[in-house]
Amino acid sequence: MPQSADKVLDHSKLFFEPEYKEMLANKKATFECGHSAETLAQIGDWTASWDYREKNLAREALTVNPAKACQPVGAVFAAQGYEGTLPFVHGSQGCVAYYRSHLSRHFKEPSAAVSSSMTEDAAVFGGLTNMVEGLANAYALYKPKMIAVSTTCMAEVIGDDLSSFIIKAKEAESVPVDFPVPFAHTPAFVGSHVDGYDNTQKGILSLFWAGAERVANESLNIIPGFDGYAVANNREIKRLLDTMGVGFTFLSDVSDVYDTPSDGHYRMYAGGTKLEDAKAAVNAKATLSMQEYCTPKTLEYVETTGQETAVFNYPMGVGATDSFLMKVSELTGKAIPDSIKLERGRLVDAIADSQAYLHGKTFSIFGDPDFVLGMAKFIMEMGGEPVHCLATNGSKKWAKQMEEVLAASPFGKQGQVWAGKDLWHMRSFLMTEPTDFLIGSSYGKYLERDTGIPLIRLTFPIFDRHHHHRFPTWGYQGGLTVLVKILDAIFVKADTRAGEWGKTDISFDLTR
Amino acid sequence: MAKDHAGGPEDLENIIKEVLEAYPAKAQKKRVKHLSVAGATEDDADAVTGIASKCDTVKSNIKSVPGVMTIRGCAYAGSKGVVWGPIKDMVHISHGPVGCGHYSWSQRRNYYTGKTGVDSFVTMQFTTDFQEKDIVFGGDKKLEKTIDEINTLFPLANGITIQSECPIGLIGDDIEAVSKKKNKEINKTIVPVRCEGFRGVSQSLGHHIANDAVRDWIFEQPESENTKAFEPGPYDVNIIGDYNIGGDAWASRILLEEIGLNVIGCWSGDATLAEMERAPKAKLNLIHCYRSMNYICRYMEEKYSIGWMEYNFFGPTQIEASLRAIGAKFDETIQANVEKVIAKYRPLVDGVLAKYKPRLEGKRVMLYVGGLRPRHVVTAYDDLGMEIAGTGYEFAHNDDYKRTGHYVKEGTLIYDDVTGYELEKFIEKIRPDLVGSGIKEKYPVQKMGIPFRQMHSWDYSGPYHGYDGFAIFARDMDMAINNPVWGLFDAPWEKAPIAAE
Repeated sequence: MPQSADKVLDHSKLFFEPEYKEMLANKKATFECGHSAETLAQIGDWTASWDYREKNLAREALTVNPAKACQPVGAVFAAQGYEGTLPFVHGSQGCVAYYRSHLSRHFKEPSAAVSSSMTEDAAVFGGLTNMVEGLANAYALYKPKMIAVSTTCMAEVIGDDLSSFIIKAKEAESVPVDFPVPFAHTPAFVGSHVDGYDNTQKGILSLFWAGAERVANESLNIIPGFDGYAVANNREIKRLLDTMGVGFTFLSDVSDVYDTPSDGHYRMYAGGTKLEDAKAAVNAKATLSMQEYCTPKTLEYVETTGQETAVFNYPMGVGATDSFLMKVSELTGKAIPDSIKLERGRLVDAIADSQAYLHGKTFSIFGDPDFVLGMAKFIMEMGGEPVHCLATNGSKKWAKQMEEVLAASPFGKQGQVWAGKDLWHMRSFLMTEPTDFLIGSSYGKYLERDTGIPLIRLTFPIFDRHHHHRFPTWGYQGGLTVLVKILDAIFVKADTRAGEWGKTDISFDLTR
Repeated sequence: MAKDHAGGPEDLENIIKEVLEAYPAKAQKKRVKHLSVAGATEDDADAVTGIASKCDTVKSNIKSVPGVMTIRGCAYAGSKGVVWGPIKDMVHISHGPVGCGHYSWSQRRNYYTGKTGVDSFVTMQFTTDFQEKDIVFGGDKKLEKTIDEINTLFPLANGITIQSECPIGLIGDDIEAVSKKKNKEINKTIVPVRCEGFRGVSQSLGHHIANDAVRDWIFEQPESENTKAFEPGPYDVNIIGDYNIGGDAWASRILLEEIGLNVIGCWSGDATLAEMERAPKAKLNLIHCYRSMNYICRYMEEKYSIGWMEYNFFGPTQIEASLRAIGAKFDETIQANVEKVIAKYRPLVDGVLAKYKPRLEGKRVMLYVGGLRPRHVVTAYDDLGMEIAGTGYEFAHNDDYKRTGHYVKEGTLIYDDVTGYELEKFIEKIRPDLVGSGIKEKYPVQKMGIPFRQMHSWDYSGPYHGYDGFAIFARDMDMAINNPVWGLFDAPWEKAPIAAE
């Protein structure tokens, strides 16, 4: 008997005990009617071939393992970054259960959002009743300061009009007339989660800034974008701006929302951009987007107020942080203080100490468009070489920009850009043109298993490792986090390769 | 030990009243019907648990109230996520926009053996990734091409299912016609499933629709070569409604095989299409998750005269009773084997109880899960000396609440389709020692200083079924409740000083 009270074996060991191995072998042989071992091996090998890669790349209709989600999850995330805000998604209710689960699995935190729970009758008659009742219930139960409405694809397909629905709900006294209910149409069949983020930000700012008389001041607005590391990254950017003495407003700040303490109380709302601050942010001198592809429509709107704008692409590493800080300095006239210069020097120092292990290593990178851009730049700065750069939600514009970034460095010569491709394409790329490492989200673990290429988890979602997102990846400090994660992967691989006692332990070095 | 635990009898009726006060009148009127306290009944006590209470006074399986933060999912989740998704040698297409398949990708822990991407596909996300043009012009052509591409790139897939997302039913696509056409062309089973998320009120209709699709597109088709070649025996059974979460079905199968039965199909955890097809050849259907698969059992009974029985493999009391009840359906050989198996595992059970019961006895538990576990796991807690303070289902029907009366005592709080608000308030007022629910509930509960275990995914542990699973269940409940972290919540300098008289 494999199990005992003294040493309880769970799934990780139990099924490798002889009783279970025999049972599973018998099930396979007797009942499964699977394919022969030869066929399996043959097809398995074929999936690693150039022939397969060509057929795989010829796909026109099928998507397999895409590294993108749909708009409303971005809408929910953006809305959660405002003080006391309850995201309200108009449409089928299962979607909201999915968004909340998805975000909780990454952040290991509560994620609050409600649905208007539309069903078949609403599909026929429209979801107005659901909106009217839903807003009233959400307002009464959860006492939000703002309810931000977005849509699932069901509501979009039947053509529900949020603007008129919200007016009617207010007429029906679901919420007070002056209660803020910004909205954004976020169809799942257009774009991805980064677009949902963009549309919602635009919706919220449009509500707050409509008709406002802008009195320009010296403050800056920061839009962080959809970022799984937002908890730590937002705090890091705030620390840098505080150090520079710059006045600023984060537009959507989830850093305290997705990092509440364990002290006996559940806080459904914590932190977030104060609504008053969001309103006053129209007066800022400029709005800076940390992720260009999360904010095209929002920035277009911001520009109509007369503000300046600047965009970054998930600024990681030395050069990207330099550019960010210099832009801030240029806009505000505030100098970059010596304490920050010291941080920069420390990051450069760390890279210099480790350059021998980084130089010439090859990397494949997947994730959101801005992340892939930012990551590739940092890799090249350390002497690494990006090879496959893939964004399932990357546009033609992104591909062009990515190519320019690669072309600007001798370390980008091997770089190939894959816009709109998925992780099953990536599998073919890695099988036929392997790289030393793979950088991406937890979804990359299947590629790691299939190809043997170590995965470095540096972007959303990270489900199977805990708390990475609590450490920044932006700024010089964040650069250190990223550097150490990459180096750890490099050293673990070196030790694993050289690790077999008496056989391959020649290079099992104590000091490196 | 949960932070600040203060046990004691609560006035549950008043708690319900208090919680309902927060609702606007219309919503309050709807919600009051879903909240209750298990009452007295004239019915006989259950033979195994010795319990009889009345739990079916709550309304169930009706629409969720908008805007209240229901924990429920949708029909797609019930079909793709629960019933079809675990069948390993078929490719399941999430047909429509990218999100549904993305959020449900690899999240149910349906364990399987096989070479993923070559002959098995459970932890992959296949989608038609609908764009605006597909909504406007329809997606049937894209679906056809998708099926062709799957057939090219995944030649060892033995079949394909089409899991409809919301837009499919709204734009008038004819996925049945596509399935028939493609079935002729590529000669593989293709199953269209109309599980659009807006259908019904929860996952539950998705289960039903998925069951019906098995009937129409697998059973009522010409018999496959595999099925024809199968020679039935007197001890052939199917496991129905075990999705092999964390290996549950394997920990069950090993017991059924030990008592001398042949498990010719496991629905649908670690299943192959052949196991689905051959099911009507069994002598008996053993159903674990009644809620999600009773439909097909009833159909097989009607059409093929196969009997079915519910069983429960959570905790030794129910395992023993179930094994004996299963044995009673067969001959004396099997019955003798049942006694041997029970005797064989007795020392394990005694060991587990000796180790964990003293650490868990008297602890109070609140549950909120899907359609089966809110009653089925109760006896496993009972075996460990733990008490159920409250329980409820996301998507149960009236017959489930009836059955719940065989598991929970009079005076237990019952909540159907509970809202985030209600659950938080109930937990706050009852302050149980443990809550068992889902990922969305986990972190709010833990912030309150109350230990928590996810009871959909087994919190990434398991199996919990069978004797092997019970040991893991006991270990996990112990570590949740007795971890020292719950004692760290209060900063020592803020502890209230002892009041001076």
